[in-house]
Amino acid sequence: MARVIVDVMLKPEILDPQGQAIARALPRLGFSGVSSVRQGKRFEIELEGAADEAALAEVRKMAETLLANTVIEDYSVRVEG
Amino acid sequence: MSAARVGVVTFPGTLDDQDAARAVRLVGAQAVPLWHADRDLKGVDAVFLPGGFSYGDYLRCGAISRFAPLMEEIVPAAKAGLPVIGTCNGFQILCEAHLLPGALTRNASLHYVCRDQRLRVEQTATAWTNTFAAGQEIVLPVKHGEGRYVADADTLAALEAGDHVVVRYLGGNPNGSLNDIAGIRNEAGNVVGLMPHPEHAVEELVGAPSTDGLGFFTSILKNLVNA
Repeated sequence: MARVIVDVMLKPEILDPQGQAIARALPRLGFSGVSSVRQGKRFEIELEGAADEAALAEVRKMAETLLANTVIEDYSVRVEG
Repeated sequence: MSAARVGVVTFPGTLDDQDAARAVRLVGAQAVPLWHADRDLKGVDAVFLPGGFSYGDYLRCGAISRFAPLMEEIVPAAKAGLPVIGTCNGFQILCEAHLLPGALTRNASLHYVCRDQRLRVEQTATAWTNTFAAGQEIVLPVKHGEGRYVADADTLAALEAGDHVVVRYLGGNPNGSLNDIAGIRNEAGNVVGLMPHPEHAVEELVGAPSTDGLGFFTSILKNLVNA
């Protein structure tokens, strides 16, 4: 058993109005010193077996196919633990 | 001659399929219901992908619908020339399926926008806009929270250079889309996607802002009859 994390973020050049709204809300709540916020998605994928190279290749394929829209999003894959 | 048959697709969460089917019938074509889980296009001459919230917009708008069994039939058929139009969620599905370039993202304002929208028909060389005059100004309803069209700079330049922008927002951009793009077509012109809703603007009786939406349906009929 292994857990693999896939993080999906809008590409830097794509406007993130949700992140901007969060960044604007923070000072109102008394949090200072934040210059910007980008919002993304985190997927926790539990594998039946070990997170070997073949399994990670499969997870990257999942990310390319479904989890991220690579037209507008970047993704990264890492093993947790 | 038998009536042209236009398939109207229903996914779980589709809202506008009944209006689309009604608009198809209004111009004298036959509306054929197509179910997302079937692998059967029932021999239709064209396909309408309506708006709504297919699969609850889970993950990304259109991301799950793209892999529906019916889409596995529609994608190769569209690539082979079958006329396909997607409005709103249907446009999002066409982009997710890579039948059209780019993507639809959260409105810049973060607000869901529902209003009558002025538009300019930029391109009439498509299966779905050939009865409009080039440059014609029309009014259609828009209603969406994720309609901001984005594409990388090269794609955007190619869309403009190839006259692939089909409709453009006038009198204020409702969602912050790049170049005020409201709808685009593929290279061949058989696939069109747009955020506004032609199927909601076909009858004055129901309070539609215009009947300008009819042009999309008369266009496909003309296209099929002349084919």
